[in-house]
Amino acid sequence: MNLAEGVQIVSFGILAAMMIGTALGVVLLPNIVHSAFLLAGVFVSISGLYILLNADFVAAAQILVYVGAVNVLILFAIMLVNKQENFAKLPGRLIRKVSTAVVCFGLFALLGTMVLVTPWSLDTTSPAVINTVVSLGEHFFSDYLLPFELASVLLLMAMVGAIILARRDLIPESVARQETVTTSLTLPERPRELATLSGNEQQD
Amino acid sequence: MQLEYFLLLAAALFCIGIYGLIISRNAVRVLMSIELMLNAVNLNLVGFSNYLDPGNIKGQVFTVFVITVAAAEAAVGLAIVLAIYRNRNTIDMEQFNLLKW
Repeated sequence: MNLAEGVQIVSFGILAAMMIGTALGVVLLPNIVHSAFLLAGVFVSISGLYILLNADFVAAAQILVYVGAVNVLILFAIMLVNKQENFAKLPGRLIRKVSTAVVCFGLFALLGTMVLVTPWSLDTTSPAVINTVVSLGEHFFSDYLLPFELASVLLLMAMVGAIILARRDLIPESVARQETVTTSLTLPERPRELATLSGNEQQD
Repeated sequence: MQLEYFLLLAAALFCIGIYGLIISRNAVRVLMSIELMLNAVNLNLVGFSNYLDPGNIKGQVFTVFVITVAAAEAAVGLAIVLAIYRNRNTIDMEQFNLLKW
């Protein structure tokens, strides 16, 4: 074993331990803000594993997209939704947790035996790609052109859909507010009806 | 370095994601578990691309597509969580029963 392999194995061990630990923290910690920050740890350690696998562009995209966009989006959503609520106790919750853990362990055992038993046809003859960015760009603009364009359309649709879903319906509130401003001088009874009307509309 | 190490690591991450997806009652944590599972799939794809297809890295192309879809899914999912929170005033997954028999 030369020096490079030793460095690879040691860094793989550190990254794997970091990834499993932070992923368990994401799932198990009671405070959701802590688990959101630990999710960034998962993404960063997975990016390190990509670098170990000679995928430099994907590692950079992982940090940019996941840590930079998705994690910040999750943090914003937590800040918008963060209400300290004590969830009501459910009967049989412990049984659910235990059975889910058993099923997950079984799935992991199944996947692990599959991974270890299968004879992978490792390709050690063909030379590795030196410049992955050039190779990825050739793939994107030759044989994967249609999925590439569809991905851009998908992003546009997701953006429009997220805006429509998360938009607060401003029209009834603004109308009600204008009505209260104008009618407070003339008719003191009308705003109450408007408020109940808009309240009913918001509840629906 | 072996391919099996990375595959076992990705399998462990996927199982942790499934466990969190089923167990957690906070809706945002459910979305975070889905991100964990998507990352496990990405790790598998990059591992296969490095060990089985090093000459023409098609696994990394698929990884980029999965990252794109995951970003879109996160945006739409968090928007849905916000809309539900505004209507129901809770983020407990057990009380989201609009479409439940």
